[in-house]
Amino acid sequence: MDGEIVGDVILTMKGIDKSFPGVHALKEVDFDLRKGEVHALMGENGAGKSTLMKVLTGIYSKDSGTITFEGQEVNFTTPKEAQDIGISIVHQELNMMNHLTVAQNIFIGREKMNGKLINDKKMNEEAAKLFERLNININPAEKMGNLTVGKQQMCEIAKAISRDAKVIIFDEPSAALTEAEIDELFKIIRDLREKNLGIIYISHRMDEIKVITDRVTVMRDGEYVGTLITEKCTKDDIINMMVGRVIYEDPKEKSNVPDDAPVVLSVKNLNAGKMVKDVSFDLRKGEILGFSGLMGAGRTETARAIFGADKIDSGEIFVNGEKVVIKSPQDAVNAGIGYLSEDRKRYGIIVEKTVAENTTMASLDNFANGLFIDKAKEKEAAVEYVEKLKTKTPTVDTKVVSLSGGNQQKVVIAKWLVRDCDILIFDEPTRGIDVGAKSEIYHLMNELVAQGKSIIMISSELTEVLRMSDRIVVMCEGRKTGELSIEEASQEAIMRAATLRN
Amino acid sequence: MEKSVEKKTRAMGTQKLVAIVAMVALFIFFSIFGKGFFKYSTIVSVFDSAYYIGFMAIGVTFVIITGGIDLSIGTLCICCSLIGGTLYQAGVPMAVALILIIVIGGVFGLANGLMVSVMGLPAFIATLGTMMITRGLGSIVTGTASVSFPMGDEAGAWFKNIFKFQPDWLPQNMAAGIPTGFILLIVLAIIMAIILNKTRPGRYILALGSNKEATRLSGVNVVKWETLAFIISGLFAALAGISYAAINVTLMPGTGNGFELDAIAGVVIGGTSLSGGVGSIAGTLIGVFIMAILKTGLPFVGLQPHYQLFITGFVLIIAVFADVANRKKQGN
Repeated sequence: MDGEIVGDVILTMKGIDKSFPGVHALKEVDFDLRKGEVHALMGENGAGKSTLMKVLTGIYSKDSGTITFEGQEVNFTTPKEAQDIGISIVHQELNMMNHLTVAQNIFIGREKMNGKLINDKKMNEEAAKLFERLNININPAEKMGNLTVGKQQMCEIAKAISRDAKVIIFDEPSAALTEAEIDELFKIIRDLREKNLGIIYISHRMDEIKVITDRVTVMRDGEYVGTLITEKCTKDDIINMMVGRVIYEDPKEKSNVPDDAPVVLSVKNLNAGKMVKDVSFDLRKGEILGFSGLMGAGRTETARAIFGADKIDSGEIFVNGEKVVIKSPQDAVNAGIGYLSEDRKRYGIIVEKTVAENTTMASLDNFANGLFIDKAKEKEAAVEYVEKLKTKTPTVDTKVVSLSGGNQQKVVIAKWLVRDCDILIFDEPTRGIDVGAKSEIYHLMNELVAQGKSIIMISSELTEVLRMSDRIVVMCEGRKTGELSIEEASQEAIMRAATLRN
Repeated sequence: MEKSVEKKTRAMGTQKLVAIVAMVALFIFFSIFGKGFFKYSTIVSVFDSAYYIGFMAIGVTFVIITGGIDLSIGTLCICCSLIGGTLYQAGVPMAVALILIIVIGGVFGLANGLMVSVMGLPAFIATLGTMMITRGLGSIVTGTASVSFPMGDEAGAWFKNIFKFQPDWLPQNMAAGIPTGFILLIVLAIIMAIILNKTRPGRYILALGSNKEATRLSGVNVVKWETLAFIISGLFAALAGISYAAINVTLMPGTGNGFELDAIAGVVIGGTSLSGGVGSIAGTLIGVFIMAILKTGLPFVGLQPHYQLFITGFVLIIAVFADVANRKKQGN
């Protein structure tokens, strides 16, 4: 077996453990990397890949376990220590100073000096040499912010190489790249492998993993699952390892929506920005339509476009068969669409206001007496919905900040119900909510559809999607790559569609 | 090739271009329509009214580049001089008093910097607090009495020559004196521009203003350099205080409010972005001079100086709007 992977081991992580308040993020994780190999690190969202890499690069400190680099045990407390010893990371979110030039970015913290003054000319020359070696065409004196994302990524790589890195970590490098840029990236990675560097490659794209990597390590729920030799395994082997957890929730067996239920929302060929490409789907009365996909698949962006929060470039939206033009959230709300943001605290509620004030926020016109707000009427409505939704709050005059996550979520739901919204978009409805409250939210969603409301539920948890949805739309890179009835849906089928490129 | 040149001009900022055009246009306007504007004594008084705001503006440019703000410089500038002047009246030699003024400015700058970079207070709040503290402190130290700096033949009056050199032997047409303060302003502006653009501290201040987290992850000590920006701001506020004392002689406690906004307006007119990452000392000087020309020039066309505020407001809004509109056009 080992005959195929020949390089010496350069890096070993053993028994890495890391907890955050309330979350056991890494449980005794093992990982090793050889010189001259490209080693994929895979797993679902939240499996712990990025956390493991942050421990490796000194951004987080580990609770226990050992890291051995070139035979020496190391213990990094700052990113700089990891960089100095030869471990560099190309971050998923590009870490660039857009106002500085390319060369200034590459040599930040290690400027070439001319006495006390910075020698920008020398830095430009060195950067040009570096680009020449990598066969990239970038002007070192250009401002970073003027480059395409792909070129910026190349600069990050050049920066890592210029630090004499022996190990380079790529955290989802291809997410924002075009086809041609990915080819260029792979050329560079192959070149680095030739030069005997160790490469860790994090990606969700199955095709890429097969093309560029030598081994694959899979993580799940913060645990090490196993390591495979890429040549000897199939896509399905990897997917099975990624989703193979015990399923705690019983999936829904069949749709509760009658066959003749009318279509309440129809989206046709929606395009918005870079993340929503030609998306079409129907939502029927009384239906929970699950939106699944990996992080960055464009689900939230689709929801925001439908809700008028982001600009729609093209496409049509029909509500109850009538074409509507949605240019702002106000238009969407008037059409009866309510949006429950994944980031509740930022976009959903006003934490320093009371339950009653939040409840009437979207429909104040109905609670106004001329210029003044009718406090009694407001309270009445709030009490009604607190009872209906079983919101746990001492009074409706309690500030929302003191409620639990699940009950805050209920206040947001009440807000849209008061507004008479028949179409509700739930974006990660149970994120940051504890298990008990979770099933209460599920119960509530089922009750809402039973009353004839229709729900779009965006969720990154496959079990949640399978438990709640009547039908599932799967997205990948801004496109709809699958639509599954609940009968035919399974974790594997969703995962396959979610990693389908184009 | 052409494309990159075009991009460069865009990166320079429409704002600065607008500022330069506005400055030249104003100067020409007043020279043509203002009776007696274009003469030596008037030019000198333009410079005179630019020193203290100019020093403050150079200093606060560094803070604004980090993405922060320093509201305390106006009252700090007066507070430092009140303390220095009180010490001088109590018998401390002028040279020592001047050094102490600068030190006090630096200490308050350090305090602002630590509150923002270490304690994590928003710069607006931290420096608003320091603004109130320094304003109050000036009154406490002086017992709410005004403080007069020496003038004429008095022993300590030599320091005024730093800002205005008026020896007897000057020819009649130069009786307004040699604006040495202007020379000092320019020299310091050049030095600070070199520090900003050509040294590590300047580079790191620009970098952290552009993307603090990225700068930190590059192994740069962002706490240190952010603090330094506030120290520079404090030191220049103190220097502004000395120049203000040199020109105005008598200082009242409780004043200085609003100077900071003049300085910040100058910085912004000059093209430094309030969101950080971009800025230039030359631009700041241009912004400050626009305001000084307006202040001095308006009476020559028959308008009272308070029209300066009225018109500066428009210049400020137009300059920033030009930049915002341009950025929108570029799509970022």
